[in-house]
Amino acid sequence: MANEGRGGRSVRIKVKRQDGPGLASYWQEFEVPWHPRMNVISALMEIQKRPVTAGGQRVTPVVWECSCLEEVCGSCTMVIGGRVRQSCSALVDQIAPSGQTIVLEPMKKFPVVRDLIVDRSRMFEDLKRVKAWVDLDGSHELGPGPRQSQENQETAYPLSRCMTCGCCLEACPQINSASDFVGPAALNQVRLFNLHPSGQMHAGDRLDAVMGEGGVEGCGKAQNCVEACPKEIPLVDSIASVGREATKRMFLGWLLK
Amino acid sequence: MAAPQSLTRSESGKVRRVVVVGGGLAGLMTVIKLCEAGVPVDLFSLVPVKRSHSVCAQGGINASVNTKGEGDSPQVHLEETVYGGDFLANQPPVKSMCDAAPSIVFMLDRMGVPFNRTAEGLLDFRRFGGTLFHRTAFAGATTGQQLLYALDEQVRRWETVDVEDDKGERVPGEKMVRKLEWWDFLALVRDDEGICRGIVAQDLKTMAIEAFPGDAVCLATGGCGIVFGRSTNSVINTGTAASAAYQQGACYANGEFIQVHPTAIPGADKLRLISESVRGEGGRVWVPRDLKERRSGRDVPESGRDYFLEDKYPGYGNLVPRDIASRELFKKCFHEQRGVYNAASGKNENEVYLDVTHLPREVLHKKLAGVLEIYEKFVGEDPYVNPMRVFPAVHYSMGGLWVDFERAQNGSLVMGSPRNQATSIPGLYACGEVEYQYHGANRLGANSLLSCLWGGIVTGPAIAAYRKNARRSAFDMPSSLFDRAQRREQKKFEAVLAMDGDENAYALHEELAQTMLVDCTIERHNATLERVLAKIEEVDERSRRVGVTDTATGKMNQGAQFVRHLRNMIVLARVIALGAKSRDESRGAHFKPEFTLRDDANWLRTTLAFHVGSANGSPDAVRFARQVDYSLLGASLHVTDAVDVSLVRPRPRKYETAGAASASAKETGDASRAPPKATASS
Repeated sequence: MANEGRGGRSVRIKVKRQDGPGLASYWQEFEVPWHPRMNVISALMEIQKRPVTAGGQRVTPVVWECSCLEEVCGSCTMVIGGRVRQSCSALVDQIAPSGQTIVLEPMKKFPVVRDLIVDRSRMFEDLKRVKAWVDLDGSHELGPGPRQSQENQETAYPLSRCMTCGCCLEACPQINSASDFVGPAALNQVRLFNLHPSGQMHAGDRLDAVMGEGGVEGCGKAQNCVEACPKEIPLVDSIASVGREATKRMFLGWLLK
Repeated sequence: MAAPQSLTRSESGKVRRVVVVGGGLAGLMTVIKLCEAGVPVDLFSLVPVKRSHSVCAQGGINASVNTKGEGDSPQVHLEETVYGGDFLANQPPVKSMCDAAPSIVFMLDRMGVPFNRTAEGLLDFRRFGGTLFHRTAFAGATTGQQLLYALDEQVRRWETVDVEDDKGERVPGEKMVRKLEWWDFLALVRDDEGICRGIVAQDLKTMAIEAFPGDAVCLATGGCGIVFGRSTNSVINTGTAASAAYQQGACYANGEFIQVHPTAIPGADKLRLISESVRGEGGRVWVPRDLKERRSGRDVPESGRDYFLEDKYPGYGNLVPRDIASRELFKKCFHEQRGVYNAASGKNENEVYLDVTHLPREVLHKKLAGVLEIYEKFVGEDPYVNPMRVFPAVHYSMGGLWVDFERAQNGSLVMGSPRNQATSIPGLYACGEVEYQYHGANRLGANSLLSCLWGGIVTGPAIAAYRKNARRSAFDMPSSLFDRAQRREQKKFEAVLAMDGDENAYALHEELAQTMLVDCTIERHNATLERVLAKIEEVDERSRRVGVTDTATGKMNQGAQFVRHLRNMIVLARVIALGAKSRDESRGAHFKPEFTLRDDANWLRTTLAFHVGSANGSPDAVRFARQVDYSLLGASLHVTDAVDVSLVRPRPRKYETAGAASASAKETGDASRAPPKATASS
């Protein structure tokens, strides 16, 4: 059979498809040849080369988003076997060791563009809202930056590895159509920039941005985010830290009134 | 004709913008410089900019800050960069880049990049290939990601800043940066004089095709590694934009120089990079001495290990430049069959060991966790305990769109000259991996992030100067110019949608890539290159008989988009392979066993390729030229293929000897520049 790989093994994939925004979804199953070191992306690439369902029906290939294929760009996030994660690091032999069907769905907390592609632009907009940047005077030559301790670097660096993939939002029960909670990723950025010696100078602005509606108070402490984060960012600590700072600022602000 | 009255508004009141295509480091840096010069920008990107390929850079960025007191300087950096590049790079741009490097790293630090630190809180630096100095600043082993994020943040800030007109009044609804993400570059808009006036692009969410005016256009669209299929590149690096610009007349330079990185993880979909920083921190490359060694790497005793790079190149050891390391690895595996034994296949596979198991776990964790984590995740083995198994992979294109520069008296660049980073098409600029300027025949590790940033720093002011002195604004051109370009691209896309042949574009790409990978990378034989060229023509012909797998209109259609990228990849493949065939010498990454020596008398020159379009279905051709003639702001410019070697005299490379790469770094063998101990620094 054409779709059998080395040793005759094949991989079965079930995909939740959607032809465009707002349209109804449907399921299709595919069988593709197995290769050593195969991941979900290479399985989807096989469908591109031979877009035929397990039932023999010729269809349009499944579309998905991917770029770096080494879990640093965040593009290829999807729900695999009920768990949100990057599809590049989802190795077939690990997720389906005895040939189980691999089930792929788009993330549910973002609008679907097509098939497994969702629109995560709200996350980038939220970075504007929390002013996730250092207020640089300019990119011209101004000498060395502020000195920082190794300890500070070791705290900041893991926070800075957030690739805006959306796993934390997908896993968070507080992110839903009835809530405008900003979510763990943006709150973590508040902590990151408020740690930086120059970023600190505008810490208040960032805290103000997450003190109102949809801000840090929206966290329900389910702690799903930290479990879902592929980069093991201490999101719960970040939210707690931002929460404490926000409370302090609120209290101080009230005292000063 | 009089100069336009307003620099911010067109005659009809539209805000005059510049187009930047590509949201990686080079594009973002260009945007920042343009914004600081008061120039509003339309930024186009194939993916959300934060997901650009720059995220993949791991090891770091070079800058001769000399924090370790080793006597490093920008002059040494310059000398080692041109030496590593086998003297094919024009030296003034390289000098300017190396001189600026310390200030670039300081700027990044000010932006908040979490660089690793010394005990005093200064930036820490590590070693990389082609030098004996600690010159590479780093943020763990995800430096590219951290740099990209810092620039992404600054550009996002500019997205919130209002455009001001000449009187300093805010223009309602107009921000300094307008981001168009998930847009694919299709073509340049050129007027009757050939001046670039904007671009045509496609919205990948709706497949709508639109033309955008731009007072200048900058391509910062990265490399073309996907021409070789599986590589260390992101899947978006098809080189489609560079190819399209080349087909519209832009000169493409040194296309044959493709860097193969010595250490990557073999994979089914991608060859994931294991950074050179692993060797910079003390990682060692070896193969078993015994051809019949069956034990796993960790069980092979010291006496059974052949540290072949250290033996052959005592001067630089595991940190010889990438072209040399890759050839040595290739020789061990292919020619001597001394790769690592694999029980499943029952033979020695094309893999060598890259070993960090002798280094302290804490150091590895602080400095290399990001890359070791990739190995662990994708191979399923613990690299802290087992020597990693790696093999070379296509990594970087030294060649790219030809760009000009204006040399200053002191041997550096004239900053703000509109000639800097200008392509042969007036109004079109290029920076980053898409152009050819900074790396010669072989790029040194940790110079790519630097060249992207420096490229942007140069391009921003160059474009601002061009725009200021241009006789006419793109925004004052008749709309028919843009309508015509839009219709042309629309027709091309409809033709793709109508393709109903029996070939599959993805399968064809795999065939092309396999040929390019096997026969047009580390070793190149002229007879084999003939077969490569024949294969390219075959794939080209068959690509005209593709059946498009997706005919969706009005919504995302990756299948049709890929057909376009494939066609553009075929065009670049031809430039690469023909360039390789013509160049009968060995220089840097280009190695011909039939011509093992560098031939400065005949080939110390830039390969300049121009596209010759097909007529009546005959295949496209390449015209190699000895000069570029182009006009800029009314001036006629004539640039030959001679390489500017006015600062460092060409000499043969000898990495066997410590310190050979730089004459300025005289005290060779000095204890302070011995290979670092694992626990040194931090």
